[in-house]
Order: sequence, then C-alpha cells, then structure tokens
Amino acid sequence: MRLRYLSAGDRALVVEFGDRVDRGLSELVLRLDMIIRSSPPVGIVETVPTFRSLAIYYDPLLTSRGELQRTIGPLLDRGHNPRAGARLWHVPVCYEGEFAPDLAEVARLTGLTPNKVVALHSGTRFHVYMLGFLPGFPYMGDLPPQLELPRRADPRVHVPAGSISIATSLTAIYPYESPGGWHLIGATPIRMFDPERPEPALFAPGDAVSFQPIDPAAFASIRRAVKNRTYEVECAPIVL
Amino acid sequence: MTPGLKVLSPGLHTTVQDLGRIGYQDIGVPVSGALDGFGLRLANALVGNPHGTATLEILVSGPVLETAADSARLALVGTGASLGVRGENPRVVGAGQSLTVQRGDIVQIALGRQSACCYLAVEGGIAVPKVLGSASTYVRAALGGLNGRALQRDDVVPLALACASRRTELRAPAPPPAPANQPIRVVLGPQQKYFGKEALATLLGAEFRVSKDADRMGMRLDGPVLRHRRGWDIVSDAIATGSIQVPGSGQPIVLLADHQTTGGYPKIATVISADLPAVGRRRPGDPLRFVSVELEAAEEICREAEREFGKLVAALEPAPKGGNLDLGSLHDENLISGVTTGLE
Repeated sequence: MRLRYLSAGDRALVVEFGDRVDRGLSELVLRLDMIIRSSPPVGIVETVPTFRSLAIYYDPLLTSRGELQRTIGPLLDRGHNPRAGARLWHVPVCYEGEFAPDLAEVARLTGLTPNKVVALHSGTRFHVYMLGFLPGFPYMGDLPPQLELPRRADPRVHVPAGSISIATSLTAIYPYESPGGWHLIGATPIRMFDPERPEPALFAPGDAVSFQPIDPAAFASIRRAVKNRTYEVECAPIVL
Repeated sequence: MTPGLKVLSPGLHTTVQDLGRIGYQDIGVPVSGALDGFGLRLANALVGNPHGTATLEILVSGPVLETAADSARLALVGTGASLGVRGENPRVVGAGQSLTVQRGDIVQIALGRQSACCYLAVEGGIAVPKVLGSASTYVRAALGGLNGRALQRDDVVPLALACASRRTELRAPAPPPAPANQPIRVVLGPQQKYFGKEALATLLGAEFRVSKDADRMGMRLDGPVLRHRRGWDIVSDAIATGSIQVPGSGQPIVLLADHQTTGGYPKIATVISADLPAVGRRRPGDPLRFVSVELEAAEEICREAEREFGKLVAALEPAPKGGNLDLGSLHDENLISGVTTGLE
C-alpha cells in the first residue's frame, strides 16, 4: 500500500503508511516521528504515532498542509537509520486468582490450559505500537496467534487499574480504572502514568515490554514500594 | 488567607479550563481546554489577562460564588448569559463586559437559551497549579483544575490577585447578530472513503439535533443514520478535535475537547477549527447542519477568524457605569428569575 496524506480538519495532517497492525508499518511511523521530533518544521504543534499512521498537528497561522507536505516528503527517504531511545521493560504481573478474572475463560476459549496461556503471554516480547484510550495506556503486540480472541461480547463497566488485558492480536495495561471490553488475565502493581514524573507515561511508542510472573505476596510488596516511590521498573536501552 | 471565590453552589459542570494541554497526545493525554476557545480568550481580554489564562468554564447551569478576596475583577462571556451581584451594590450585568466585585459579594451566573457554555475570567487568573503545562481539568484522569474535578459546594477557587487593579472596566462591542442555526463547516475525512455517496449527501443535507448524550468528550447527534460502505472497524488512529466519528449504529458523534486521543471508528468529516466554538455552544435539542469546505479554505477561514478576533480585542471600549443589561428582555424570556431573587 502506498503512502497517503489525509487531512483531519485544518489542524492535522495524517501521514498514513497502511491499514494494518504491522511491525513494519509501525517502524515507518516511528522513524518519521523521530525525524520530525529531532528538528520540527515551523508550525508543528505535536505529533501522535499510531499503528499505521502519524498524525501531525499544526497551527494554520504558522504553516499549511501544503507547506508541511512539501517539507515532510523528503524526510521519508531517510528511514534507514537505527531508531534510538527505545527501552526494554520488565513488568511484574500476577496471573493468579482475583488478579486474573478472565484467565479460566481465555483458557477455555483458546483450548489451552491456564498455565499455557500464562507461559505464552509471559514468554513473548511485545512492541509498544502506540499509546491512547487513556493517559499512559499502551497498545502492545503481537500476541502469539493461539491467544487471539475477539473482545468480550459484554464489556465491563469497571476494569481495575493495573489490569493486564488481551484482545485481537494485542495486549494492554489499564493505567486507570475504566470501562473496558478486553479479557483480563493478570494485574501489575506498577504505576503506568504519573504526571509528577519527568516522563509521565512509563512506556513510549516503540519501546519493548516483557512480563514476569509474580505471586500475590510479591504483588503486595511491590505495590507498597510503588506507593512509597521506592520501586523502579527494570528497564534497559535497546537499539532497533 | 488565599484570595478566592467560595463555591456556594457549583452549577451543573463548572471546571477550570485554559486553552488546553498541548504536547501530550502521544502518551494518551487529551488536549482538554475550553469548548469555546473564542469565549475564553475574550473573557480574559476583558479583564486584561493574557488570552490563555485559566478561567471557569460553566456548562448549562451556572454556579453561585462568594467573593473571598478584597475585590476581584470579573468578566463573563457567553451569548445570553448574565451575572447577578448581591451585596452593597446589587446589579445584573450582561455577558461581554468586566466588573469589579467586593469581599462578601455573591455572584450568580445564569446562562441563556442561546449557549450551552460560558466563561468567567478573573483578573490575574485562577491560581491552580499547572499539570503538564496546563490548568485545564480532565476529569477522567483527575488531571489539572481544582483537584482534577468539577467544582463542588464549599470549594474555594484560588485567585492569583487579592484585589482588582485600578483600571477602566471594558466591554466588547455588540457582535453582529448571528443567523440562527448557521451551518457548521467541515472538511471531509480523514475516512470519508468508508462511506458511500448517500451517507455523504445525508451528512451535508440533513438536519441533525444534539442529543442528550453530550458532554466535554463529544456530542452524539440525533437524526438520520450514516451508513458505512466498508465496515465500521478501522485500525485505531489519531482523533482530531471536531472529527465526526460514526460507530456501528450510524449515529454520528462530534468529538470535543476531552475526546480520546485515538479511536477505532471511521471519521467521516472534521469540523473546521474556526467553527469549533459554535459547536461547543450548542445545547441538547439544538439543530445542527453541516456544509463542507475545501481544506485550503478552512485554513484561510482560521486565519481570518484570528484577524477578526484581533480587531474585536482592539475595539474593546470603556463600559458604562452600573449594569447595562436589558432586564426587560430577560424577563420576557423568563431567564433570570434565579438572579433577580434577592435583588429586588
């Protein structure tokens, strides 16, 4: 699929690379985002990378869609540099009991044992495609195909903060209590979003994430440390 | 004691707002800010503030506030709205001019039928801490504003100034009367290709009404359904303020200040930025029509609206002493029974 420029009103230009959830498309989006952020053309207000497109918000008093398109076109050819700044996060997750209200159902629907579901989920290294829905809410993929399920027919009104969820080819963490239609297979005690931190959202688009099973006792002790601000989520820089 | 406005009654949904939280949509934080940015900026201009200063956004029904500062200069902007003062110098003042109230004065805001929202600016601004660069309240994640939520009874809205400066009160020249149900201008897309000719013709030809399902996130419209041609699930992408999203029901939703940063329904068209304030002012039950313009025209309309705003601010003039409101016409509309109680 070829590149398309779309307008979302007079303040947003969307550069669309395709129409699928796809790692290759995501890399194109994230690389263009990185290039624009490193030296933003005049009049750009902010950029929002998503699965398959980059939204570029602009101020029509300072620039125009035509001007931006002329500036951005040549930047697209520079996509061969490694993408810097990404990190690999190790997220503690309790996949047991009350922390995993849908684990048994997910096992039944996929024909796997609960242990196998946990092994597949915690054995996969995920890519953070984008953040959206709620502050700090990461859309991560791709799930092993055996775990792919449609959303719940009956969405929950209250999904607890910290819930680890799966739906379609994706997994996510709810930073806040909210309504939600994904299957809940675990929970993490870490804080996904905190406006007091220099980087309020824990993950950035383009980061990698792996999940480490913990028991309820470890969950309780990490949660205490998070409250006291003495817990740091393990992470390491990666180059892609 | 910190100067403030004590909340005797909060109104339906009164929040601190400025021009929004810019630069955090990539981490899922909505822009928020005023539904009617034009109203917010004019209210600030009337009290001599920088135009993006934090004000109170008042939706549908107004609050009652007690002045807990030596004095405070206020200005209300919102078509048909008015501000009643109880105290030593009782009066009713229309929207679009500044006035100064004294300690103990009770201020009551009444909205007319013409606008769902109005803005109360205070000289010096509302002194809540900025969160991620903005004072705007985003209730869903408890960000910004006064404790991240709408005002409640007995709150004290902190003010930056303990007393009003010595300066002339200002008023805005009367705006030219806007034709009723002026069509809202949209740019088609970004996903107009998900809809057939018929749906596009319906969007641009039919009359919709703002449903009861309307808040700072968006307004669902009642009216003919817009049928999709290619299904209604898209791979989630970014949402711009003003985009008209069409979920499976075919009932369009205009996304407003607190909308999610991304979403998975096709967006048939997007309201141009110059017309967002007019959308924000529509009340449940109000009619809504759309007309499409080309993108280049929308950008030029935005620039022209900015020039017009500059002219309006340059034309602010000294306000007459005392209230200037046409009380007779308000009585005819039966709008100020709440305000006049205790004034007479």
